[in-house]
Amino acid sequence: MLFKKEHELLQKAIRDFVNIELDTLPAEMDKTGEMPRDLLDKLAKYKYSSTIVPKEYGGAGADYLSYAIVMEEICKKCCSTGTYVTAGSSLVALPILNFGSDEQKQRYLKPLALGEMIGCFGLTEPGAGSDASAQQTEAVLDGDHYILNGRKCFITNAPICDFAIVIAMTDKPKGLKGTSAFIVESKWDGFSHGAHEDKMGIRGTQTSDLVFENVRVPKENLIGKEGIGFKIAMNTLEAGRIGVAAQAVGVAQSALDEAVKYSKERVQFGKTLSKFQNTQFTLADMETKVSAARLLVYDAAIKKDAGKKIDHEGSMAKYYAAEIANEVAYKALQIHGGYGYIKDYPIERIYRDARILSIYEGTSQVQQMVISGGLLK
Amino acid sequence: MDKNLSLYKNVWVFAEQRQGKITPVVIELLGEGRKLADEIGVELCAILLGKDVKGMAEEVISYGAEKVYVADSELLENFTTDAYTKVITDAINEIKPEIMLLGATHIGRDLAPRISSRVNTGLTADCTKLEIDPEDKKIKQTRPAFGGNIMATIICPNNRPQMSTVRPGVMDKAVKDVTRKGEIISLNVRLTVADIRTKVMEVVKSKKEMISLTDANIIISGGLGLGKAEGFEMLSKLADKLGGVVGASRAAVDAGWIDHSHQVGQTGTTVKPNLYIACGISGAIQHLAGMQSSDLIIAINKNSTAPIFDVADCGIVGDIYDVIPMLTEELNNVEDLMKMINK
Amino acid sequence: MKILVCVKQVPDTTEVKIDKEKGTLIREGVPSILNPDDANALEEALVLKEQYDDVTVTVVTMGPPQADVMLRQCLAMGADDAILLSDRAFGGADTWATSNTIAAGLRKIGNYDIIFAGRQAIDGDTAQVGPQIAEKLGIPQVTYVQNFELNGNEVTVQRQLEDGYEIIQVNTPVLLTAVKELNQPRYMGVDKIFAAYKKEIPTWTMADLDIDADQVGLKASPTKVFKSFTPAPKGKGVMLEGTTKEIVTKVIVQLKQKHII
Repeated sequence: MLFKKEHELLQKAIRDFVNIELDTLPAEMDKTGEMPRDLLDKLAKYKYSSTIVPKEYGGAGADYLSYAIVMEEICKKCCSTGTYVTAGSSLVALPILNFGSDEQKQRYLKPLALGEMIGCFGLTEPGAGSDASAQQTEAVLDGDHYILNGRKCFITNAPICDFAIVIAMTDKPKGLKGTSAFIVESKWDGFSHGAHEDKMGIRGTQTSDLVFENVRVPKENLIGKEGIGFKIAMNTLEAGRIGVAAQAVGVAQSALDEAVKYSKERVQFGKTLSKFQNTQFTLADMETKVSAARLLVYDAAIKKDAGKKIDHEGSMAKYYAAEIANEVAYKALQIHGGYGYIKDYPIERIYRDARILSIYEGTSQVQQMVISGGLLK
Repeated sequence: MDKNLSLYKNVWVFAEQRQGKITPVVIELLGEGRKLADEIGVELCAILLGKDVKGMAEEVISYGAEKVYVADSELLENFTTDAYTKVITDAINEIKPEIMLLGATHIGRDLAPRISSRVNTGLTADCTKLEIDPEDKKIKQTRPAFGGNIMATIICPNNRPQMSTVRPGVMDKAVKDVTRKGEIISLNVRLTVADIRTKVMEVVKSKKEMISLTDANIIISGGLGLGKAEGFEMLSKLADKLGGVVGASRAAVDAGWIDHSHQVGQTGTTVKPNLYIACGISGAIQHLAGMQSSDLIIAINKNSTAPIFDVADCGIVGDIYDVIPMLTEELNNVEDLMKMINK
Repeated sequence: MKILVCVKQVPDTTEVKIDKEKGTLIREGVPSILNPDDANALEEALVLKEQYDDVTVTVVTMGPPQADVMLRQCLAMGADDAILLSDRAFGGADTWATSNTIAAGLRKIGNYDIIFAGRQAIDGDTAQVGPQIAEKLGIPQVTYVQNFELNGNEVTVQRQLEDGYEIIQVNTPVLLTAVKELNQPRYMGVDKIFAAYKKEIPTWTMADLDIDADQVGLKASPTKVFKSFTPAPKGKGVMLEGTTKEIVTKVIVQLKQKHII
């Protein structure tokens, strides 16, 4: 992929950043489950966690291609950090940016971009995973406030958030057309979060339930208007797919890099693994697929930057890159043999981290639905 | 600089001193300078700046300098770029040495470029090898570049003096002989306080801190072959003697014999010391990845087929509990040992 | 206050590969980077810019047109301006000729208060260009600076020594060379990267400088490279044999030869 000079320098910049800041930290975070605040502050300071937020709201004001580059490079080192970044810079930022009032932008988007506030995005519920229409969380208007009740689950950044974007039913009989989006501050009465989930991978990110018990949400914290909650969520997820797809490319690339390195070191039967044709063919297969996934991601990003609709391209990129990340991580671990199964080598963590990619922000199967839906309409 | 190169004669060594003591690299420069001077057939001289320098001048002579040019002044007691550059430049312009060697110390590398720039001559930094071309008697200066990936031999054909800074610890030391005679020549110091634009307020010696594994030049590492935690005390003694630090393989760390901070290898620290002694380490791939770029690797292991021997420069099949204590002991008698061997 | 920072684009020597046959560097595929010590030099200038209102930071390099990307990097870190000294005639220069050229560039900028440079560049490791520039400009220098304070026009620095440091006071204008202990260089911000490419970077050729053709480049260099070669590869190791005493003696001889003891 040939970049413009700006994007080339951006790639170098983020590499310089992660090479130092995410050198030993990913393995530590995997162990402790803690993401140091200092890291989050630095990501915000250099605007790596606000790539696509306009400058007037404290962001970098860059394009989606930049966002993809940043996500890929961060995730080559640390998938957990990537998840943190994508949660803030697209899932939380985009609903406010695209549908919020100017006051909401000043009050929430700007501090978010500047790293002064941490946000999270609540759509998924215990009974509403891929089937978003099964929403149970409800907001009932009561004078100047909505009374919010319900529970969201698997919410990235929930335990550390200052505010949450929450999708809730305001007119239940209308189904998805009866949903609305709210900005809900964590310090308000009735807002709490569940226990930190003990996850298989991306263990550095904080994930838990969000619980709302009669939370009084001021009317001015409704995003846009009533009834467009699901539209806001879909619009957000569509653009956000570029970030998650780029994340998957980064994870895939890191697995490939580890495999190449190890295959040149490890000697069996008197020669390095890299001298066996079996290894060579496997690596060639991995490299080709990672490159193909990357092109899908960049294609979606460039089209998005050109103002085109990318529901189709974004889904293909997210679907393929996530699947490839899992496949490449599997093969890379296989090349490591027994050493890949112990924590001495990064591939053990990469393999576990990769697993989430085909599950969250739309499972591979949901992406397939979107892709075929476009094909068969 | 004078265009007539034949006016330039003799090899000069900058006799760097700090707080009235000759810096160790000067002895090495005199050792190397002697060889160069003999090959060209000229005199080995030193230039010494400081306050009350007579004793030091005699010391320099005992290491083989035939002449010592001394500049004795309060203003020269501590090194300052301005004062030292002026005095040495004046001396070079007046007496015209053909070769000038300085130690590549934090002083030498500050001073030498300033002098070379003022007298308009070439300077080669941080040399590790010097030779005289037998044909034209000019000096060939070899130094590492590109992070040691490449060696470059540099010449300075048309300018004098030919100047080098020389890496400390590389050249052979001159042998001291107090019966040597030499001439001490006082330089006319034309220097005022106003010439010196930097003011040294204080010199602070830092306490020797525990060197980290990454920064250590010498690492003595132990593995499962040590058999017990106490084995590391033995390695520690050897490390102290050599001025190094103790490392460990993952197996030894896992056995609980030593803290993880000492672990060398994939999950520990990657190291590249001048000397790595692997004691009872078989050489698992994770360990080798962390230490195989070391300059000199000595491996001691009971098992002659241990993979550690594949990366070792010197392999010893034997019992660490025999070899290490004797090595530690014999390091007390290095001079005697060398004399015995050289006989 | 006007601060100039001398920087150099260097190959990342940790990635350098060698053509073993020819004894030369394979430059292909080796990333070019901002010399690490120069990043520390720039960082210190940028800290001053944050502390005082009237500070401008200009980075200067001598190099081929490809050095543009490194100058953009300096701008993306926060420098105000960048100037590229570039001319075929500057090529092949040793440290003497390099410092002569850069000094001419700095003189043309003029009215500087502090010049920061890195201690040394990782390709040549000479540490000579900084002091030689100071000499050509006739200003004082302090090398190996590991701590820096400014009070009016008085600079107080710690100059690193092998076994400690000295505290030195000097008035501006002064040239200081930075070591890595001085600070932790900042990264490029995403927004600043795009802004950096909107700036004009002037290229000054020999015609723009007050310097003669015989004062620059290979011709003006007192030192020449006679040859370059790769260090002899490590041979296969040897197994030491004999009694323990004999083995220990052989080890000590090895250590002595390598100047380890």
